[in-house]
Amino acid sequence: MVQPVLEWQAGTVTAIRPETQQTKSFTLALPKWMVHRPGQHYDVRLSAPDGYQTERSYSIASPPERVGELELTVERIPDGEVSPYLHDVLVPGDQLEVRGPIGGYFVWDVSLGGPLLLIAGGSGVVPLMAMLRHRAAQHSTVPARILYSSRTGGDVIYREELDGLAAGDRAFEAFYTFTRQPPAGWTGYRRRIDAGMLAEVIKPFGQRARVYVCGPTLLVEAVANALVEMELPTAQIRTERFGPTGA
Amino acid sequence: MAGLISRGFLGRRRPAEVENRLPPGQYLVTDFPVLSAGPTPHIPLERWSFTVEGMVRSPVTWTWEEFQKLPTQTFTVDISCVTKWTKLDTKWLGVSVDTLLEAVQLDPAGRYVMAYSDGGYTTNLPLDEMVNGQAFVAYQFDDKPLEPVHGGPARLVVPHLYFWKSAKWIRGLRFMERNQPGFWESLGYHIHGDPWKEERYSGD
Repeated sequence: MVQPVLEWQAGTVTAIRPETQQTKSFTLALPKWMVHRPGQHYDVRLSAPDGYQTERSYSIASPPERVGELELTVERIPDGEVSPYLHDVLVPGDQLEVRGPIGGYFVWDVSLGGPLLLIAGGSGVVPLMAMLRHRAAQHSTVPARILYSSRTGGDVIYREELDGLAAGDRAFEAFYTFTRQPPAGWTGYRRRIDAGMLAEVIKPFGQRARVYVCGPTLLVEAVANALVEMELPTAQIRTERFGPTGA
Repeated sequence: MAGLISRGFLGRRRPAEVENRLPPGQYLVTDFPVLSAGPTPHIPLERWSFTVEGMVRSPVTWTWEEFQKLPTQTFTVDISCVTKWTKLDTKWLGVSVDTLLEAVQLDPAGRYVMAYSDGGYTTNLPLDEMVNGQAFVAYQFDDKPLEPVHGGPARLVVPHLYFWKSAKWIRGLRFMERNQPGFWESLGYHIHGDPWKEERYSGD
């Protein structure tokens, strides 16, 4: 595979949308936009007046069908260096240096087919959302499910959009679980993702499921280990992890 | 793109003695983040082995028990992940690659190495960057057996390159005549991976 050279470019912030109390989506217009594969990320670089620079990686939330634009959804890490800047300082019209797209394994597009099982913990939903937005933009009928673990009802990113996608698409279903405080009247899962929950959600897909897991290390470890125990071929399990850092 | 200043960004400064140890674009962590592309392999030690093969006169394989009898060294090194974190003064116990090479007769044409792991992971390295104390197969971290999420029972540690070169769950080294890309090197990451030159991605 020929890899393009990834150059830094200055994107212009065109919109900032709060998703939850801790997360915001940032839309950038890119002068040298390149098509990406859902699941990939961009590097962001901040530069201080004296030349100090720091970089972080953030997953792409937008589908490749959104030509010329890039949307990054970023969780604010209270003691972080970059995410508080993005949340508290950056405003539309500002410029932000980025380069990408990066990453060639934790990716899915409709050509890979399904059935597709996406498992998210917290802001790990972001790259999976890019996959679902791409799937919808392509009017794909690949069977797809997402199982999404959040602490509380207020922590669910993209809830309305996910429910909207599920309502209009018989081949897609969204499942949620809450580990602390479910929303009022919640009758669904209310525990950490475990083998029993996975067995229920994966059931119609069986051993053919292509699984993408993204979230905190403990969740990803538990889910991937449970899937291996269920004898899902390891080549069908792709993981992306973030620890307590990633600020 | 030099010249763009991020409006209102001052950055988090560290004391110069720390700042000087962070390669460009890296930030300091004190925890130990976990990154991997698939499930963590869990191999029983009685089924573990380590092999040096490829362009050698005859391949050598050690069982776990035999490997434990090889002379060890402790290493305290700084490690840098391409995902931007750097961790200082990590303490490992392991067997130097120099020690492993004493057991084989290398074909002088075998200038490159493919490290390979349980789960199918591979990464390529030049031989001359693995000798003279530059690389080791570690099985203890911080005086404790290396945990599976961090690559246990044993992982390669090559601290002067980005940490994806330090293959987790390593099972062997295969000597090759030509440099061939491993797993991440085939997926857009740099063929060499020197953090001080910021060789993150292909083309850097």
